[in-house]
Amino acid sequence: MIPSALKSREAILAGAILVLVAAIASRFPAFVAPGNLANVFNDTAPLIILALGQMVVILTRCIDLSVAANLALTGMVVAMLNTLMPGLPVPVILAVAISLGALMGLVNGLLVWRLDIPPIVVTLGTMTIYRGIIFVISGGEWINAHEMSDAFKAFPREVALGLPVLSWIAVLVVLGFVVLIGRTPLGRAFFAVGGNPHAAVYTGINVGQTQCAAYVISGALAGLTGYLWVARYAVAYVDIAGGFELEVVAACVIGGISIAGGIGSVAGALLGALFLGIVKNALPVINISPFWQLAISGSAIIIAVAFNATSSRAKGRVILKKAEHAT
Amino acid sequence: MSTTAAETGPTGRQLPDRLKSPLQRFLGSWELLLLVVAAGVFVLNSFASPYFLDPWNLSDATFNFTEKAMIAFAMALLIISGEIDLSVASIIALTSTAMGFAVQLGADTPMLILVGLGVGLACGAFNGLLVTGFGLPSIVVTIGTMSLFRGISYIVLGDKAYTGYPSDFAFFGQGYVWWVISFEFVLFAFLALLFAVILHQTNFGRAVYVIGNNPVGALFSGIRVARVKFALFLLTGLMSGVAAICLTSRLGATRPSIAFGWELEVVTMVVLGGVSILGGSGSIPGVVIAAFVMGMVTFGFGLLNVPGIVMSIFIGLLLIGVIALPRIVRQVLAKRKV
Repeated sequence: MIPSALKSREAILAGAILVLVAAIASRFPAFVAPGNLANVFNDTAPLIILALGQMVVILTRCIDLSVAANLALTGMVVAMLNTLMPGLPVPVILAVAISLGALMGLVNGLLVWRLDIPPIVVTLGTMTIYRGIIFVISGGEWINAHEMSDAFKAFPREVALGLPVLSWIAVLVVLGFVVLIGRTPLGRAFFAVGGNPHAAVYTGINVGQTQCAAYVISGALAGLTGYLWVARYAVAYVDIAGGFELEVVAACVIGGISIAGGIGSVAGALLGALFLGIVKNALPVINISPFWQLAISGSAIIIAVAFNATSSRAKGRVILKKAEHAT
Repeated sequence: MSTTAAETGPTGRQLPDRLKSPLQRFLGSWELLLLVVAAGVFVLNSFASPYFLDPWNLSDATFNFTEKAMIAFAMALLIISGEIDLSVASIIALTSTAMGFAVQLGADTPMLILVGLGVGLACGAFNGLLVTGFGLPSIVVTIGTMSLFRGISYIVLGDKAYTGYPSDFAFFGQGYVWWVISFEFVLFAFLALLFAVILHQTNFGRAVYVIGNNPVGALFSGIRVARVKFALFLLTGLMSGVAAICLTSRLGATRPSIAFGWELEVVTMVVLGGVSILGGSGSIPGVVIAAFVMGMVTFGFGLLNVPGIVMSIFIGLLLIGVIALPRIVRQVLAKRKV
C-alpha cells in the first residue's frame, strides 16, 4: 500500500518539480548549484508571498485580481515617501506598505461583504482603479534608483544566514500561513466558508466577515511585496507587475487550490509558485526564448486543473462501483 | 456571496396580484438607468468640448467600442449561461498572428477572413471542449488558455510584428459604408440585432437563461446543457475572430501584445450592461447601451486630453458604482422599513 500522503496532489506536484529540475540538471548541472537554487527561490519569493494571500481568498470562494495593482500602488507610494523623506527608517516603510496594502484589501473585502457584489466584479474594478491612482499620484513619472535612499534599496537584498532578506520574508510568510491555516479558528473558518457557506453560517461563522478578512490578508501581503519589489528592482512606475495577478492565480491553480473554494493547502500554493518560478528561471538556462514562458504557464494551468478534476472524479466513480456491488 | 438571499427564506418572497405593465417594467429597469447615464455622458461631453458634436469625431469615437462590443454580445450570452471566457483578447492575438502568418504565405483578403474566422472558432472549440467535455471550471480554463493563446503569438512573433496586409483588407477596419457610417459600425449594429434576436426570441436564447438559472433543472427539462455551452464558447471564439479581423485591418499590423487587457473591458461592458455575473439574467439592449456609455466616456475624456489610464479609473468606478448604488439604496430602504 502506498501511504496516502504520497498520493496527494502536493506529493505529485513536488514529484513533477523534482523531475523537471532533474531533467534540467542532466543537461545543465550549473542550474542545481545551491547558489543558483537560492537565486531561483529569491526570484520566486514575491510570487510565493502573493500566492499564499490569494490562496485564502480563493479558499473562501472569492478571487482577488487586484493584487498586482495593489502591489504597484503601494510600491509607488513608499517610493515617493522615500524620495520625500529619505531618512524614514525601513521598519516605518514596511509598516506603511503593509497597512496601505491591507487598507486596499479592506476596500475589496467591504464591497464583497457589505454590498454583496460578486468578488470578480469588485476586484476587476479596483484593479483598474488602483492602477489608475498610481498614474494620478505619480503623473506617469518613473522613480529611479538614484532617487531612492540606499537603506530603502538595500533592505530586501541584505544577506542574512546565507539568504537575502527577501527570501527570509517569504519563509516567514510560509511559516505564518502554516500556523494560520492549521492552528487558528480563522484558518478553519476559511475552509468552512469555502466548503459550505450555508453550513458555515449555522456553525456561527460570519461568511462575509471571513471573506473580508481573507481580502485584508491578501492586500496586506500585496502591500508588503510592493515595497520589496520596488526596492529590489530599484524602480517604480505605473506598469510594474502588470498582469502578475494572473501568474498568482496560476500558481494557486497549479498548486491544487480549487477555484470553487474550500480545497487547498499552504504546501500546494508554495509548490505551485515554485513550479512557475523554476520554469521562468530555467528557460534562459536551457536556451529557450523567454517568449515561450507565457504559453508554458498557460499549458501548466490547463494540465493542472484537468488533472485535479479527473483525480477528484475518479474518487466518485469508486464509491459508485462499491454501491453497485453492495446491492 | 449568495448566502444572504437564502437566509431571508421563502417568507421574503411575495407573488404580486398582477404583473407590472411593460411601461412600469421599463421604468424600473437597468436599461433605463443606463440610458440616463448615457444621455448624461453625452450632454456633459458636448458641453465640455466643442469638438464632441462633430459627426466625424463621433464616427471616430465608435471605434472605441465596436470591436469590444462584438465580443461583448457573445460574452453576454456566455455569462448569462453561468460561464465566462477570459481568453477573448488572447484569441484576438492568436487570430491576428495567424492572419499575419497567412499574409507572409501570400494569402489574399478572402483567405485572410477564412483564417481569422477559422482560428477564432478553433480557439472557442478548444475552450468549449475543456469546459464541457472535461467538466472544468471555465474561469480557470480560460485563464489558462489566455496565457496559452497569447503565448503562442509570442512564440511565433517574439518582439517582431507582421505588416504588409493587402490594401483591400483595410476596408474592414477603415472603410466607410455611407458618409460617416463606418463598416465596423454597421457590422456592430447588425450583430447587436442578431444577438438580440438569438437571445430574446429563440429557443436557444431561452435555453441560455434556463441554464444560467438552474443547470440541473435545465438538464432535466431536456436541454442539452453541454451542447448549448459548447455552442456559446464557439460563438465567443467566432466573435473574437471577427473582432480580430476588424482590429487587425484597422491597425494594419500585428504584434503579440495586440488587444492586451481587452478581456477585462469586455467583461466590464457586459456587467455594466446589467448582465448578472452569477448568470441567469441580462439583456442585449443593456450591453449595447453600456458599449455606448464606455465608448463615449473614453472619447470624451480623450477630447479633454485625459490620459487613458485615468479613464480606466472612471470605468472601474462606473463598474463598481452602478452595481453598488442600487444595493446601497435597497439596504437603506430596508432599514427604514424596519
